[in-house]
Amino acid sequence: MSHAHAAPLPEERTSTGVATGKVALWWFLASEVAIFGGLIMSYVVCRLAHPEWAEEAAHTVSAAGALNTVVLLTSSLFAVLAHSAATHGDMKKASNLLFATVGGGLVFLCVKAYEYHHEISEGFTPVASLFWGFYFFMTGLHGVHVVAGMTALTWAALKARKNEAPWAVEYTGMYWHLVDVIWIFLFPLVYLASAS
Amino acid sequence: MSHDAHPQSFISKYVFSTDHKTIAKQYMITGLFMALFGGAAASAIRTQLAAVEPGGTGGFLDPQFYNSVVTMHGTVMVFWVAMPVLVAGFGNLLIPLMVGAEDMAFPKLNMASYWVFLLSTVVLLISPLVPGGGAAGGWTSYPPLAADPALSGVEWGITLWILAVALELVAFLMGGINFITTAINMRAPGMSMWDLPLFVWEEVAASIVFMLSVGPLIAGAVMLLLDHVAGTHFFDPKMGGDPVLFQHLFWFFGHPEVYVILFPAFGIVAEIITCHARKTLFGYKMTVWSVIATSLLSFVVWAHHQFIAGIDPKISIPFSVMTILISVPVAVGMFAFMATLYKGSIRFTSAMLFALGFFACFLLGGVTGIINGTAAADIYIHDSYYVVAHFHYTLYPLVFMAGPAGLYHWFPKMFGRFMNETLGKVHFWGSMVFFNLIFLPQFNLGMMGHNRRLAVPTNYEFLSTPEALLMQDISTWALFGLLAFQLPFVWNFFHSMFRGAVAPANPWNATTLEWQCPSPPPHGNFDTPPVVYRGPYEYSPEGDGPDFIAQNQPPEGQHEVPQNPLVSPHAAK
Repeated sequence: MSHAHAAPLPEERTSTGVATGKVALWWFLASEVAIFGGLIMSYVVCRLAHPEWAEEAAHTVSAAGALNTVVLLTSSLFAVLAHSAATHGDMKKASNLLFATVGGGLVFLCVKAYEYHHEISEGFTPVASLFWGFYFFMTGLHGVHVVAGMTALTWAALKARKNEAPWAVEYTGMYWHLVDVIWIFLFPLVYLASAS
Repeated sequence: MSHDAHPQSFISKYVFSTDHKTIAKQYMITGLFMALFGGAAASAIRTQLAAVEPGGTGGFLDPQFYNSVVTMHGTVMVFWVAMPVLVAGFGNLLIPLMVGAEDMAFPKLNMASYWVFLLSTVVLLISPLVPGGGAAGGWTSYPPLAADPALSGVEWGITLWILAVALELVAFLMGGINFITTAINMRAPGMSMWDLPLFVWEEVAASIVFMLSVGPLIAGAVMLLLDHVAGTHFFDPKMGGDPVLFQHLFWFFGHPEVYVILFPAFGIVAEIITCHARKTLFGYKMTVWSVIATSLLSFVVWAHHQFIAGIDPKISIPFSVMTILISVPVAVGMFAFMATLYKGSIRFTSAMLFALGFFACFLLGGVTGIINGTAAADIYIHDSYYVVAHFHYTLYPLVFMAGPAGLYHWFPKMFGRFMNETLGKVHFWGSMVFFNLIFLPQFNLGMMGHNRRLAVPTNYEFLSTPEALLMQDISTWALFGLLAFQLPFVWNFFHSMFRGAVAPANPWNATTLEWQCPSPPPHGNFDTPPVVYRGPYEYSPEGDGPDFIAQNQPPEGQHEVPQNPLVSPHAAK
């Protein structure tokens, strides 16, 4: 397909100068923010109407939540370092760092699994009360996003090993930061706003 | 640049197609097919309401089934007719063509969007067939009615209903990201955002509003599902839950959704009146800003659906004010369209007639909405047929007047053939008369105190008066008149697809880019990628030349491609 025109081919076009994939990703992240935004606002409104939830929130394991916050933030640091390595052309290093990010996600899920086990064995099941319903739904939905992020990061890391899809390092990292930011909202609202 | 080198099999061309034009047709035809179900449900509702006799005898639907039919009618018409035809159908067809692109930004995502939508359609269609019957909580599915099987008698139907709606929302999220990205990033060289036809602006606004409002409903739908199947109590007041919370989550999406449907319809009408009145759109930039203002305001009006739901009356006042305020930017659009007509050389094609009919009917819908939006008045008319009539005076013109207007106008582009104009005019006048005959009496019924979703209104003495019965009869017979006048359209649509008069590339002498490529456009759309030199509506220019200047026509004496500083061919990856 010869291409004599000065005008670029449509599929190569970017009217804004920002890559098309990145424009789409930002809008996708905005839609995720809307989902969690609605959920978190619902929780906040209910929480304000029920001061007694503070007693129930005291049964969450704040130490585990704090540990998970550190783990997620550290894994996000690895994602940033991976992006930095990729922009310097070191795709091997980028791949390793992305796997480190996935490892952070794995630790997060293990700690979360311990928490769920602990809470459910104490009788705090999702149907125990409205608070625990919100707790399990919000952290569960966040957990689904952690798994989705880990899947995308693993794919990007495997591609980076073969020196392919360099953009995926940045894009999956952006998604991982969102997962991280959501947790930053959940941790104080669910764990720390308690009676103890 | 030729694309003939890529022959396509029937399957890849018509079934699993990534071509935006084919996907547009798939969405439109699925939507029109679903309109048959929505129309059948409407017939069942109206027949029941005319058949019941004073004392509560007569009628042929039991109340449980009647509720299910009402639910299906609302759900199908909003989510499976309005959305696929107006937003996805016309959006897919026109956005890439109007911005001068080969296809959508993400063709495979686009195809996935349609197939998820089709899956949602199948799930919805089987949902009434499961034991316990279909969802019967209304299209709003308020808990506890929708959450508790003991109250609604519905078991699996509601689960499938929620699943179908959730899949449908996911399909439109995928489509919406495509629409926004394509309009923002795939524009032809030389085409700034201010050179976009209004339709593209409206579709982008619709997609953004949809995307940012649907999130809370997705969360709410999952919570409702958990209440129904897992035994949580998010919305169960007996266990500390809050049923009004669901109403907030629903209407935070549900009201912006009205504008998601309104925007593409306004866009269609704007394209048609400029072309068929041979006039530049009056106040293009102001109209775009009014779209943006409407989008922003649409997020802060939702609680006007809940004035009598037990919300704090202090909250009602700001929501009343915002609701009435939003009619200002919407009216800016309407007035801009009417001012465009002034001193135009109007061609009364079927498309133009439907666009003008849209004004007349939608105006009544808008004006009655100001009354509903006032909290004090709403306390009286809430949940009555007055609101039903108001709602249909907005949604019917948007979907079934702007929609056919667009079909008559862009049919030659889609299929390379004209639709029959005489049948089109029969379709228009019949629909116009009978639509008004259906819904005008319903304003009166509402003022008489007719609550909506009553299977047997004649259980009430004040709805058994001869006057009330007469209005029910008029409304019902008019519905059958309206349905009868859709038959010429159906025949016209499918007959013209194969037998209509052959249409040239630009049959209406229009300016925008979709008319500057062959009819129907080949895979890849443009023979040479267009370059844009001017705004979208240069009709009736001064001088003796033709009465329109296409967007890609270079100014006299200019031959080189304009350098758009915003176009960088190497930044794509």
